[in-house]
Amino acid sequence: MRATLSALFGGTIFGAGLALSDMINPARVLGFLDVAGRWDPTLAFVMAGAALVSALGYAVSYRLRRPVFESSFFIPENRQLDSQLIAGATLFGIGWGLVGFCPGPAIASLIYGFWQSWLFVVAMLIGMALQRAAVTSRRHGADADTADRARE
Amino acid sequence: MLPSLPLTFAIGGGLLIGAAAASLLLLTGRIAGISGLVARVAGIADAGPPWRLAAAFVLGLPVGAALVSLFVRQPQIEVTSSAPLLIAGGLLVGFGTRLGSGCTSGHGVCGVSRLSPRSVVATLTFMVAAMMIVFVTRHLMRV
Repeated sequence: MRATLSALFGGTIFGAGLALSDMINPARVLGFLDVAGRWDPTLAFVMAGAALVSALGYAVSYRLRRPVFESSFFIPENRQLDSQLIAGATLFGIGWGLVGFCPGPAIASLIYGFWQSWLFVVAMLIGMALQRAAVTSRRHGADADTADRARE
Repeated sequence: MLPSLPLTFAIGGGLLIGAAAASLLLLTGRIAGISGLVARVAGIADAGPPWRLAAAFVLGLPVGAALVSLFVRQPQIEVTSSAPLLIAGGLLVGFGTRLGSGCTSGHGVCGVSRLSPRSVVATLTFMVAAMMIVFVTRHLMRV
């Protein structure tokens, strides 16, 4: 329960930061991404401020045996660069650059009731489901291959 | 062209986002990666935090945005994209963030701040891809 309330608190602070810094506005984000136009540096300041405080959080976490309300930290340990990472980041970047929404701001902006936010979020969820379906079918294909080889 | 945002709002907002990521980490041990948390809430992620935790964080996002617009500033939302572009963008963002294990929050803020090599590479990749697409749509095709 305390962990759930902590997450609600964290999400609320995160959403407040997105709204305060105007990252919730796709036009502001596209202004940063438009390096050949009238460049808007806002996003760089937001990211720098966020990374600074987040880094402090990690520095503290390395001195703790466990988080306050859970039994252990869940930090990804994979350090391997692979083609999925690059392909995924590229596809994400293309979608981000087309509209100016990434997942956090898109979800936070739902509260303002613009149909554009809702349409984007529904499409995003479908995109996530399609990726999962692709992985699942490939895994089944691999299983079938293994079964074939076993039969031979 | 938007009027420029006061620097205090940009930096203040960034500090809040960082504080949110740090508090989620220190209190619950989890990374504030929004694409992963959203997938968890939607029931399309194999691994991740308990459903209630992910749902609480995702629910907080619009709540926080509403609080700022009530008490601090009213953010403008300007979406110039057409419906087909919104659908294409959403599909790509959803598919890409899951394939690449993260988005602007999980890789861009959390991963970069702990100098994860995967996150640094992912962040550079999606930044460059997004800038190239904006260059193509705004300056070559003039959409």
